[in-house]
Amino acid sequence: MASGDGANGGGGGGQGKLPRKRFYRARAHSNPLSDSHFPIPISPDEVDLSQHYPRYFPSGEGEARQGDAAVPRIRFADVGCGFGGLLVGLSTLFPDTLMIGMELRDKVTEYVKERILALRASNPGKYDNISVVRTNSMKYIPNYFRKAQLSKMFFLFPDPHFKEKNHRRRVISMQLLDEYAYVMEVGGIIYTITDVEELGEWMRSCLEKHPLFEAIPEEETKADPVVKLLSTATEEGQKVARNGGQTFQAIFRRISLQE
Amino acid sequence: MEDAAVEEAEVSGGAAEFAPALVAAHPLGRSVAVAVGPELRVFDLKASSAVSLSDNSGGGSHSDAIRAISFSANGALFASAGDDKLVKVWKTDSWCCIRTITSEKRVSAVAISNDGTYVTFADKFGVIWLVTMGESGGEQEPTDNKPVSIFGHYCSIITSMKFSPDGRFIATADRDFKIRITSLPKKPLRGAHEIQTLYRALPSHAFQKVRAFFCLEAVRLWDYINGCLLDTCQVRDKVGELLEPNETEDNNLSVADICPTNDGLLVAVAIQSLNGVMLLACDLIAKKLSFLKVVTTEKCYIPTSLSSSFSADLLWTVMGASNMPNQATSQLCTRLKIIPHFKKDPLAGCDHVPTVLEDSEVPHGEKLLLALQGSLDIAKQEEVLASVLAALKVSMHKMLVKKHYSEERREQRKRGRNDKKIKNRNARRGIFAASAITGLSPASDLPVEFHRKTMQFELDLDEILFPGSKNRYRCCLLSLLSALLLVSSLMRKGNDRELEFIPNPGEDG
Repeated sequence: MASGDGANGGGGGGQGKLPRKRFYRARAHSNPLSDSHFPIPISPDEVDLSQHYPRYFPSGEGEARQGDAAVPRIRFADVGCGFGGLLVGLSTLFPDTLMIGMELRDKVTEYVKERILALRASNPGKYDNISVVRTNSMKYIPNYFRKAQLSKMFFLFPDPHFKEKNHRRRVISMQLLDEYAYVMEVGGIIYTITDVEELGEWMRSCLEKHPLFEAIPEEETKADPVVKLLSTATEEGQKVARNGGQTFQAIFRRISLQE
Repeated sequence: MEDAAVEEAEVSGGAAEFAPALVAAHPLGRSVAVAVGPELRVFDLKASSAVSLSDNSGGGSHSDAIRAISFSANGALFASAGDDKLVKVWKTDSWCCIRTITSEKRVSAVAISNDGTYVTFADKFGVIWLVTMGESGGEQEPTDNKPVSIFGHYCSIITSMKFSPDGRFIATADRDFKIRITSLPKKPLRGAHEIQTLYRALPSHAFQKVRAFFCLEAVRLWDYINGCLLDTCQVRDKVGELLEPNETEDNNLSVADICPTNDGLLVAVAIQSLNGVMLLACDLIAKKLSFLKVVTTEKCYIPTSLSSSFSADLLWTVMGASNMPNQATSQLCTRLKIIPHFKKDPLAGCDHVPTVLEDSEVPHGEKLLLALQGSLDIAKQEEVLASVLAALKVSMHKMLVKKHYSEERREQRKRGRNDKKIKNRNARRGIFAASAITGLSPASDLPVEFHRKTMQFELDLDEILFPGSKNRYRCCLLSLLSALLLVSSLMRKGNDRELEFIPNPGEDG
């Protein structure tokens, strides 16, 4: 329907104005196997954090802080962050933790970027710890994070890829869990949630089979404030809740190898 | 368009893929193996005779190009694998095949663990499989001795695989530039999941020995325990300096193979399009990798594979390709050359540049050449060598360098996509309908965009009302009419611009 106020449309979204999703419509899926044509840092050293978190890395100070042991590092990664609902939720929950969303779809990434900028502008001093990057996290995770850098990883409502032929495109698989385990510190937590029962079982079984992850007991997850956000903060989660759908969570801890 | 046609031709013309010849020297210098196409040629250096291979594993012999060969560290076992999806494990004392393993996919890399208990091979999907050799060493796994997948790279062809000298790690490199060092658990049948280090180097062809790592284009030295890059030697630039400018096609300067000495002080590098072998000095204490010298060979000899044994100071090099289309004889052509004194000390000190041994100087002389090259007078068949060279250029390039499509080519491919066609058709329909209503010409005047997923039209009303502004409105096909009605009323109300607008629902098909 032809509706909407003329002043607030616009791709850019003016100062402090939240961007509107309708202008960032993207294809629902993106092929994770295709060769990428966007810039990727060659190593974690080349990730320019000052671009992502200007308040934590004021310009001009970058060189001086290099040697500093207390240089903040990204600790949380939301893989396939979508429209960034979880990031925004986590940002106020962990105001001093740097976190990044990773999204493959170009337009969606643009939206999240605008959203974060708008949130920062309208809430000074807040939302400085979140950012987003367009990347294929199934391929380039080691380009962004060092070994044992992350303390939390999120995989919320990933693409189910029902066909067996396409199972290798699933973001949780035995192969990829190796890499996630590599970038996560021991004790770090991996959160997965989906509304597709089949995928939920798949993710749980992959994590159960993997020697570097162990399930977190239920009472512990209940106390975790992050767990509540899984189903409420994200756009997908809200949609599922609206439709009265069921969700399937798998929350596991990274452990060291026991032989 | 022309560009695309050329590319297509290249693709179909090179459909017969050539597998470059491979060479492997026994670590203790007892024998040398050369693989070309499906043929495996072995020469026993101790007995000074060609070895006839025997097979009592029950499997067939190789029927397609061999892509990987490897001796075990102590030289007791030898493994060969290739495009026929067979992995064959040989005992080197009798040269008898003791195991034939059938892989699901084509095999691109093979390695034997240092104690010879495990054979690992990697398939084209990037999955690494492990087989236990002999009596499954006391492990109480229910093994019917089938290969077990222990880990995998993410859907990428494995280019190289090696066990570390201490046997604690296994290193793999893939075509997506990833190099992964995985620590090998005590019970690897359950899978190896702990990654020691993971690099994404640009681009990759990894080899590892003596705490060092090397990869394509630039030879890099890595510390694989800590995962830090120690030094990079841009061999590409070096070759560029050495060759005549017109000889250097930029994309043909990839590292084809590397071979370090046992002590890791010297590294031989074979480079695509370089007729010779480049030697690099490797200083592990100063963590430096520096260019030493180039051993040049005759013009039409570009080695595809290198190998050296721990004991003898010989560097074996080989050139050759399988499936030559215009080859008259059934003989698979290879050329073997040996570089003596492959050791650092005599090389580093003075200006002495080792020369390649003449055919007459080769140990065991004609017998060895006959066994490994297939014929003696290959050197004289200039044409054959030249054609091999040309074929190798293409196939090595294809093998080592991932295909890149230009921006235009990608766009062109997208345009031909089926879903796009439907989208365009529907969009055209909608635009014609809209233009019929508004009376604007359908070509470009009417700012309507069609979204296939949502079956909606995006109507740029402001483009009609206030040209230049950015606001867009969406509507589905049925409501397009009412939208246009709204436009007309808006225009009448708020806008003093005059625009003839006659709503006529009847005209919308």
